[in-house]
Amino acid sequence: MKRHFDDELADLKQRILRMGAVVERQIRQALIALVDRDDLVANQVIQNDRQVNTMDVEIDELCLELLALHQPAARDLRFVTTAMKISTELERMSDLAENICERAIELNAEPQLKPYIDIPLMAERGIKMVSESLDAFVRGDSVLARQVLNEDDYIDDLNEQIFRELLSFMIENPQTISRAIRLSFISKYIERIADHATNVAELVVYMVEGKIIRHTIPT
Amino acid sequence: MEIGQNSIEKSVSPAKTTNAKSLRLVVETRQTNPVKTFSDSQTTHSPLTDVPAKIVIRDMNFFYGTVQALKDVNMTVPANKVTAFIGPSGCGKSTLLRCLNRLNDLVDGTRIEGTILLDEENIYRPEVDATDLRTRVGMVFQKINPFPKTVWQNVAYGPQLQKIRKRAILDDIVETSLQRAGLWEEVKDRLHASALGLSGGQQQRLCIARALAVNPEVLLLDEPCSALDPISTGRIEELLHTLKERLTVVIVTHNMQQAARVSDLTGFFLLGELIEFDDTKKIFTNPGDSRTEDYVTGRFG
Repeated sequence: MKRHFDDELADLKQRILRMGAVVERQIRQALIALVDRDDLVANQVIQNDRQVNTMDVEIDELCLELLALHQPAARDLRFVTTAMKISTELERMSDLAENICERAIELNAEPQLKPYIDIPLMAERGIKMVSESLDAFVRGDSVLARQVLNEDDYIDDLNEQIFRELLSFMIENPQTISRAIRLSFISKYIERIADHATNVAELVVYMVEGKIIRHTIPT
Repeated sequence: MEIGQNSIEKSVSPAKTTNAKSLRLVVETRQTNPVKTFSDSQTTHSPLTDVPAKIVIRDMNFFYGTVQALKDVNMTVPANKVTAFIGPSGCGKSTLLRCLNRLNDLVDGTRIEGTILLDEENIYRPEVDATDLRTRVGMVFQKINPFPKTVWQNVAYGPQLQKIRKRAILDDIVETSLQRAGLWEEVKDRLHASALGLSGGQQQRLCIARALAVNPEVLLLDEPCSALDPISTGRIEELLHTLKERLTVVIVTHNMQQAARVSDLTGFFLLGELIEFDDTKKIFTNPGDSRTEDYVTGRFG
């Protein structure tokens, strides 16, 4: 039976996808602002965060409406509640992209401390996790979602490595401390973005399999 | 009527005592391994493990003439829980409900196979008196059916049939039953007015009070709210939550949200088969069978 409700669910899925695309771009642009030392791009990202916030609110409202008016059950219920949570995760990612840009603007005011190599590498992996977790959501693919979960360790290791490197800069020359701390913040922000991508992937596993795997130690 | 080895006739006439005896043997051998809890139940549909069984349905088949309405139904209804039967029209859920107090005995040309145990005793044994059974297993119907008598007479009717004559005792039963049905406050000043003057929702609760007056162990409800407004429906749903402390409730409903709200366990039926029987929470969030999923999400058909 063709249901009117299916159109609304499809619309919800489209909105998550559009929001995901904007957030991915936000993260990419934030990295450009840092690596190219481009304040203009940084300010654009900060501006665009408002758009993401609006999308988050709209998705929330749509989900509440679907819950109230259609009282979905089973697969539909899991889809709507998952979409609601994914939208929050995406909104947080965009906030972190904004934070990266704030630090980038501060960094751009001083000479570059070192060539940025590991941070873009890490960001690239983080963006891949974001886009794969959203792919998994769209396709209802819990296998792909579980793959995303495995990638998080790599990011955590990179973050740790970057921190140690920056620490050695700071010990050698206290002049570098303010820049090094800002860079280590950026590294941490990227690591948090990857964590949010992990959350999205966990939500997708719940949506597809009905199993809550959050806060469980992976076997 | 033809009776197979495993079949139990709907009512055994004296002329067929030999058949009845052989039937009793079948019944007794089946009962050598009594079922107390879900865990030692042989049924495949036993979602809860630590709750004692009130009703155990085994290998049940049911026919209206040549039409098979129920196929190999196995299920264990736990005591002091609300169990809901859901499914599209004609799936057999009401038929099964009516088998639980042998109401189908009254329908010509029906045949039942298998066993239904109430507290480990087969209710289809020939020596079971259907009237006694229906005292233990009460029923409330979709069509609201108070007697055209006073409120008091409606509730006292059952106890009076049980030869209770003392006015004080009857008054007491009437008050308690009306209280348990959540109706006392609304009718205590009009006990001797006609029941037909009550609103639809009140009449349905009066029917529940009437069923409760004979102290049943099981209450069967067949679409009890389908003719009621949302507020009366809400009252009856709240009532079920309190009733299950004392008795076992089985409800048939077309309203899936109602099943989700009131029941602890839900059985989904399709074309006479029990497709899935599980914790209501599971049925409505993450059902195991795709047909259940299609039904509870409204994709069915």
